[in-house]
Amino acid sequence: MSEPLKQADIDREIAELTGSGGGRSGHPARDYTPYRSTALRHPKQPLVAIKDPEAAELSGPVFGVTDVTALDNDLTQQHVGEPLGERITVTGRVVDRDGRAVRGQLVEIWQANASGRYLHQRDDHPAPLDPNFTGVGRCLTDDDGFYRFTTIKPGAYPWRNHQNAWRPAHIHFSLFGTAFTQRLVTQMYFPGDPLFPYDPILQSVTDESARQRLVAAYVHDLSQPEWSLGYRWDIVLDGPAATWMEEGR
Amino acid sequence: MNPTPSQTVGPFYGYALPFPGGGDVALGGITVHGYVYDGAGAPVPDALLEFWQADEDGDLRGKPGSLRRDPVNGAVIGRNGVDFTGFGRVPTDADGHWVLRTVRPGNGYISVCVFARGLLHHLYTRIYLGQDAFLDSLPPQRRETLVAVEEREGVHRFDIHLQGEKETVFLDFG
Ligand SMILES: [Fe+2]
Repeated sequence: MSEPLKQADIDREIAELTGSGGGRSGHPARDYTPYRSTALRHPKQPLVAIKDPEAAELSGPVFGVTDVTALDNDLTQQHVGEPLGERITVTGRVVDRDGRAVRGQLVEIWQANASGRYLHQRDDHPAPLDPNFTGVGRCLTDDDGFYRFTTIKPGAYPWRNHQNAWRPAHIHFSLFGTAFTQRLVTQMYFPGDPLFPYDPILQSVTDESARQRLVAAYVHDLSQPEWSLGYRWDIVLDGPAATWMEEGR
Repeated sequence: MNPTPSQTVGPFYGYALPFPGGGDVALGGITVHGYVYDGAGAPVPDALLEFWQADEDGDLRGKPGSLRRDPVNGAVIGRNGVDFTGFGRVPTDADGHWVLRTVRPGNGYISVCVFARGLLHHLYTRIYLGQDAFLDSLPPQRRETLVAVEEREGVHRFDIHLQGEKETVFLDFG
């Protein structure tokens, strides 16, 4: 076996690839060496372009009031007691790449608890589980494209990409647009996290301004007195929008 | 506007995204199943597949209700069995295997979106259940990767190779 990779090795690889352009539109290249698991999980053939205006992917699944309950967007109210941690609200607007609001679409989130542990049997980080926190939320965007969650700030956690690898605190987001082509799964980060430069997943977005689009802003006016701290994170969905729109969607 | 960049779904989506009945888009139709493999030919046990398709008449206006909830306790109680939502979501099991029960789409193919740990940006592909002009535009050995093989009546096999000699054709919609 070779020596375990050190953070310094990863730092060197990250530096070599920073600003390299990576994928289209600021998305990470699927082949990104510093994140080791990409090695065998990225295609080597070019993607095949589909130009068909009738493509099924130019429409997409819809969700409605049957799919989400009113309690789903408050991750602090899912158990008998209150979770440990810093209570926060995260809100923002979802738009398509033409800037149009994405209305009535499903937003799903999942995250570690305040200690950096997921409620998942494969997470063996020796940090405590919190009996009052699951870490899963859902909501539909409103008529202006806004989503809103109340949760606690997740902790940073270690992983085994290399020796002493730590993920900066983040919330996983999953979003739908009007078309399947707009599907997005990503991660939201918190401003000023000292782990940013060491994290190959965030750094896989090699363009600095694109990387900034993954970082929420602390907005004092969104904080609620004696209650919670407020963050704002707007989201722009890539990919062509639906070729037709139904009334009210 | 500049898009929000993609990030990997990671290893821990399993308690958040999959839902009961996620692979049962419709019963009484066909079964499509297969494995997801990496570039070394090893099964991928932490991939998440999403499916989007037309109904039997080719109608792409799927209804809401894939994640229908119990109003009392919030549990997912699944589709109501009447409305066709066209949407499926299935995590691969420990063996890299997935199963989808659905109807044959009127337009001939099922759209697939692939997420996985180690995949920084999802991939699109299609499961074709018969001939199509688009398939004719591809070189023969690549074309095969998009066509499900009927194993027995009503049961179709479709493997996804993220990399390697049998690498699946992945699609770009611009
Ligand atoms: Fe995570």
